[in-house]
Amino acid sequence: MKETKTLVKIQDLSASFFSIPVLKNIDLEIPIHKVVALIGPSGCGKSTFLRCLNRMHEEVSGAGIQGQVFLEGQNIYAPYIDPVLVRRKVGMVFQKPNPFPGLSIFDNVAVGLKLMGVKRKVLFERVENSLKQAALWDEVKDILKRQGTSLSGGQQQRLCIARTLAINPSVVLMDEPTSALDPISTARIEGLIRELKEKVTVIIVTHNMQQASRVSDKTAFLLSGELIEYGKTSQIFTNPSKGKTESYITGRFG
Amino acid sequence: MKAKQVIWSYSLGDRWRKWLNFFMLSCLFLLSVIAAVPFLFIIYYVFDKGVSAINWDFFTQLPKPPGEGGGGMSNALIGSAVVVGMASVVGIPWGMGMGVYLSEYKSTKTAKILRFVIDLLISAPSIVVGIFIYGLIVIRYGFSSYAGAAALLLIMLPVVARGTEEILKMIPNHIREAGLALGIPRWKVITRILIPSVLSMCVTVIMLAIARIAGETAPLLFTSLGNQYHIRSLSEPIATLPVQIYEFANTGFEQMEQQAWAGAMVLVFFVFFINFFTRLFLFFRKKDRVGFYSKMRK
Repeated sequence: MKETKTLVKIQDLSASFFSIPVLKNIDLEIPIHKVVALIGPSGCGKSTFLRCLNRMHEEVSGAGIQGQVFLEGQNIYAPYIDPVLVRRKVGMVFQKPNPFPGLSIFDNVAVGLKLMGVKRKVLFERVENSLKQAALWDEVKDILKRQGTSLSGGQQQRLCIARTLAINPSVVLMDEPTSALDPISTARIEGLIRELKEKVTVIIVTHNMQQASRVSDKTAFLLSGELIEYGKTSQIFTNPSKGKTESYITGRFG
Repeated sequence: MKAKQVIWSYSLGDRWRKWLNFFMLSCLFLLSVIAAVPFLFIIYYVFDKGVSAINWDFFTQLPKPPGEGGGGMSNALIGSAVVVGMASVVGIPWGMGMGVYLSEYKSTKTAKILRFVIDLLISAPSIVVGIFIYGLIVIRYGFSSYAGAAALLLIMLPVVARGTEEILKMIPNHIREAGLALGIPRWKVITRILIPSVLSMCVTVIMLAIARIAGETAPLLFTSLGNQYHIRSLSEPIATLPVQIYEFANTGFEQMEQQAWAGAMVLVFFVFFINFFTRLFLFFRKKDRVGFYSKMRK
């Protein structure tokens, strides 16, 4: 079996809100160009875990964090690391589509690049590429000046994905990206995720077992802030080694 | 089937409820209309009394002594523009900055204290503000445009700050997170994403604040005092429209009172037009809110 390179290495990660622990000593290695799914019941810390990976956790008041997260060998929690730079490497797509209000479709994708100082000449090209990667270009190429918020929910979510891809992240975090969408939009986004792993590594939180099994290469099961099991998706869903995992997957709790 | 089997008939209680609803609604309607009547009456009255003294001279001439006839209030119009302008140039960015701090760093202790102080300042009677500036500046440096602008600034700041804060608070938190998650520094998220998306509402707040201070009289009595002549220096007493109206209305000469009415009319219509154009601006902005970066697409 060929060895895959590790892109993100999480070491002994613990997180808390107002000193109430949410994550307990998580160790995890995310291979490059794979899709990793995080599953687990509500409140088990999946979203918090995700937010620890791009230093968004600390934006919430009362947040505390210990441990290390290595991205391409660099600890993103080292004191000299600027969280702003971490977030450019690790993009994030949220549960609810959240395009910037008042900005056009074009600007929604361009704003991150523009504020990073990307030259005007290449800006249009990069916006176009991002929208193509997010499988949205054909639908919006004639209405780029329209408000981002005027699109449908599924289109908005793909716009948010395009916006994230525009700044060339190496990891994209997705926090239940399809839970607010209809089945057709969901299918499109799932297809998109499978294509995206050619370029980026995707870590996706989902409540939908079928979704996890459809899109992911590896799956991690979290329960009350602890990592119960982590392995190949095919193995987790057919032959889990822990009893708790099996109970959750078969719907006995959660 | 018998016709009497209708089950959707009104009971006595239902009828009572409907009647009560009608009665309450009528009360609310009447109270609202009654409240609007004096406002319309003020506009009519001021217009009726003032319009006869409005002419070209009113806007271009200095006041003339009683008995001589004619004259205008150009000194007060310019003076008001100068004092309100000075207060606005400082007060708008300052107040908006405070509003941003209050909203975006709302859980800090400083913000909580600041919010309390600002609420106190908003409810402070404007004459108290005037007396405060009198004690602080006028006693040492004399009556001046600066002192007048400072008094108006103190009235304007909390209005702009609280207004901006309330507007920014309306932006859902996930928009901030979206910006931050893109690797945009917080201050750029605030200045380039949050504020542009609510700019039209901020303009409303600013316009209302300007309209508010343009009509202030009490604080200017103690600070800019008034002047019969044109402005020569910012450190001398300066005429302002509200103060001049107040003074002229108290002279007892019919000609001066006419001028005061005309001044009042100009003031009322200035505030009226500020409101009107703000709304016009908002109306057109809503229709065509093209983003800030799409211009470069040619």
